[in-house]
Amino acid sequence: MSMRSLTFDAIIIGGGGSGLRAALELAKSGKKTAVLSKVFPTRSHTVSAQGGITCAIASADPNDDWRWHMYDTVKGGDYITDQDAAEYMCSEGPKSVFELEHMGLPFSRFDNGRIYQRPFGGQSKDFGKGGQAARTCAAADRTGHALLHTLYQNNLKNNTTFLNEWYAVDLVKNANNDVVGCIAMCIETGEVVHVKSKATVLATGGAGRIYASTTNALINTGDGIGMALRAGFPMQDMEMWQFHPTGIYGAGVLVTEGCRGEGGYLVNKDGERFMERYAPNAKDLAGRDVVARSMVMEILEGRGCGEKGDHVYLKLDHLGEEVLGKRLPGIVELSKTFAAADPAKEPIPVVPTCHYMMGGIPTNVHGQAIMQDADGKDQIINGLFACGEAACVSVHGANRLGGNSLLDLVVFGRAAGMYIEGALNEGIDYLDASQSDIDSALARMNRWNESGNGESIPALRAELQDIMQTSFGVFRQEDHMQEGVKKLADLRGRIAEAHLPDKSNAFNTARVEALELDNLMEVAEATAISALERKESRGAHSRYDYPDRDDANWLKHSIYFPLEKRLGKRDVNFKPKTVDTFEPKVRTY
Amino acid sequence: MSTLQVSLYRYNPETDSAPYMQEFQIDTQGRDLMVLNVLELIKEQDSTMVYRRSCREGVCGSDGMNMNGKNGLACVTPLSDVVRNNKLVLRPLPGLPVIRDLVVDMGIFYRQYERIQPYLQNDDPTPAIERLQSPEDRDKLDGLYECILCACCSSSCPSFWWNPDKFVGPAGLLQSYRFLADSRDTATRDRLADLEDPFSVFRCRGIMNCVSVCPKGLNPTRAIGKIREMLLTNAT
Amino acid sequence: MVTNITNPGRSGLADWLIQRVSAVILALYTLFIVGYLLFNPGLDYIAWSGLFSQAWMRIFSLLAFVSLAAHAWVGLWIVTTDYLNKWVGIRLAVQTFIILAVFVFLVWGIQVLWGA
Repeated sequence: MSMRSLTFDAIIIGGGGSGLRAALELAKSGKKTAVLSKVFPTRSHTVSAQGGITCAIASADPNDDWRWHMYDTVKGGDYITDQDAAEYMCSEGPKSVFELEHMGLPFSRFDNGRIYQRPFGGQSKDFGKGGQAARTCAAADRTGHALLHTLYQNNLKNNTTFLNEWYAVDLVKNANNDVVGCIAMCIETGEVVHVKSKATVLATGGAGRIYASTTNALINTGDGIGMALRAGFPMQDMEMWQFHPTGIYGAGVLVTEGCRGEGGYLVNKDGERFMERYAPNAKDLAGRDVVARSMVMEILEGRGCGEKGDHVYLKLDHLGEEVLGKRLPGIVELSKTFAAADPAKEPIPVVPTCHYMMGGIPTNVHGQAIMQDADGKDQIINGLFACGEAACVSVHGANRLGGNSLLDLVVFGRAAGMYIEGALNEGIDYLDASQSDIDSALARMNRWNESGNGESIPALRAELQDIMQTSFGVFRQEDHMQEGVKKLADLRGRIAEAHLPDKSNAFNTARVEALELDNLMEVAEATAISALERKESRGAHSRYDYPDRDDANWLKHSIYFPLEKRLGKRDVNFKPKTVDTFEPKVRTY
Repeated sequence: MSTLQVSLYRYNPETDSAPYMQEFQIDTQGRDLMVLNVLELIKEQDSTMVYRRSCREGVCGSDGMNMNGKNGLACVTPLSDVVRNNKLVLRPLPGLPVIRDLVVDMGIFYRQYERIQPYLQNDDPTPAIERLQSPEDRDKLDGLYECILCACCSSSCPSFWWNPDKFVGPAGLLQSYRFLADSRDTATRDRLADLEDPFSVFRCRGIMNCVSVCPKGLNPTRAIGKIREMLLTNAT
Repeated sequence: MVTNITNPGRSGLADWLIQRVSAVILALYTLFIVGYLLFNPGLDYIAWSGLFSQAWMRIFSLLAFVSLAAHAWVGLWIVTTDYLNKWVGIRLAVQTFIILAVFVFLVWGIQVLWGA
């Protein structure tokens, strides 16, 4: 069977915010670039982002300073945020946000015509000493939608090539372990092709679907993470999963932190605004990890709401219909649809819900993927780049601040695009992949296509999600996690034997789901082993058995090596270029 | 009764010479599921049944389909809204070529979107910060920019069924007006010049199917009326 | 911009305006005729031809005929481009027939008005 090949200077896998931003940069440069996305780009999960993009554009507060934003980001990440990366993001941020506005993003406005900014969790002025800041630039509560559509529109303007509804199966490496492209399948026709490229960018987003309850889209299956792990590349900080405080109870649909930014607050069954006890200063606008833990504590101590006492309420009715209609119209719609509650009249039932993967493919600020050599030193992976949620630069450390994900997308999408353009100008020349290199990237696909019988894909997926939900949730402990790791090892064996009943070619979504299941498995296992091995509590990773932060041993990134299933450590960057280091302090809100 | 009778449009180009309807019995356990959840249950029974989906919360626009005769998004349509006599008929969006089962080829819909140049155009020098826009001017974009390109409107529009290659359709025109209405856009004249032929805008006969099906509650007919007003003002 | 050569106004905007203005004229003309018939119950040929011998009535009627012709052309042109949009030859033939028919009826109408 002869396989067609497509050749590009750069292939960007993923059509969400970071992929489209990187593509835009490369399309403008005239490089032969394509965006390969398993859904039409505006169906990517960036579209669901609500509250806004946090950035010190000095609109709400003319004296705002990106260094304050950087301080919040480093503190929010519980000090394993790489400070050079946070510095880059926060200082370059305004340029990226203004660029989006110039491209047409319909930001909400203040009376003076400048971009509207709202308060979000973990924001402060003057390095935590000046009280709550309002730094999140918003387009009502549909900022992600507005941002994604704007980026897609500008890619159309610049004639970017799109391979829409194509699925990337696996990375192709040459004999030197350089990444030289990927195997991809056109979903509509089932055709499998070899995509050759000098730069392969994984912009595949998160993998929230490893959990049973998540705010993430059904497509968030960690495809890029799975591909990189199967290629033998390491992952960083995979134990760090953010549980968003306000997922709608039962449905898992996100309710933006902007609700609390606009003045909403959480109450328990006694109607008490309980965050006043856990975070006396920031209250409902403490870091997301802090708020999520406090909610779980309330529920565990019997103060949860509803018949089962297993959720709390988000109260918004005091804001009035006008504010709700103007600033949070999407939330009103979602709440009516998924909670049968009109927020203008009654509170929304909410519960902490898996939301964001802080970990991912370790990269530098140029998006270049990193592995470690035999001595534990950083080593660039030739040809491989990552940006957005799939990457771990790391600007989010152990806990991401609200509104920082959209900024991450555009700043590092752009940075990766600029770097690749420069590298292509200087000339990139890697050894071609041999037939056996291509065959090994095809192996997984062939396995599914030849499967004769075995367990069903939806059942195995549900089992995986249950294991993760039970053993690797908001609070974690050794014995549960060991149990979980064991179950996952068993599950891996069974997935390797599972059955794809539909072998047809035209728009075979069962095949896509099979390939996604492999990726969920990779992400789940990396998460489980990393969580088990990090023996401390930091940011989103909270353990009953190690309740305290252990800076002596764990002021480090964790780095997971898939071939040995081993967890190592990697130094955190404490050397920003233009500001003094933010030294680790006790983290309170 | 908790067993729902679902009648589903099936077509696989590799094996079927013609489309047919297939019956499924789905146990809803008395819950008021979303139509998307019903599709998930069917997919567990029969993995060959295909449909698009992504965000499952009505913002990505993947799962537009025809449910008991009316277009909408499966993920935000509760059974109680569409099911009559315990029966649910699911078909692909009308007027677009079917690829397989509920999946349609949206190429022509996207081409009409691209045709209206759906991006801000501004010749003025770019300022160092954002371009200023008053809240009143920004308010003019409400009800326009929220479109999710699900094609529920255009595929419910007879004028689009007849002339999908010439009539821009409600979705494209809503976006066209989104840029015409933007105080930051300077290409108004060129945009209008592209629309004054007898098809692009004027095929709208104002029957408002688009308004009745829009899952985001938007009003393309009103936007089309505004474009006509602008064309008239510009030409008289 | 979609190009066309067989529509009356050569632009969608012109067609649209023609159709609306002609519709108003036709509505006024219809109202006038119906009103006239209602207020003159025992109408005979003398009175009827007397009405049409007056210059203003002839102008008003001609205006209505021209409006009807334009309205029909625009409307039927749209109908053919909807219902016959897949068969170019048939569509062109039908459109030509419509244009000729409209022309014949219009000239005939003028002859009736002024010929008597």
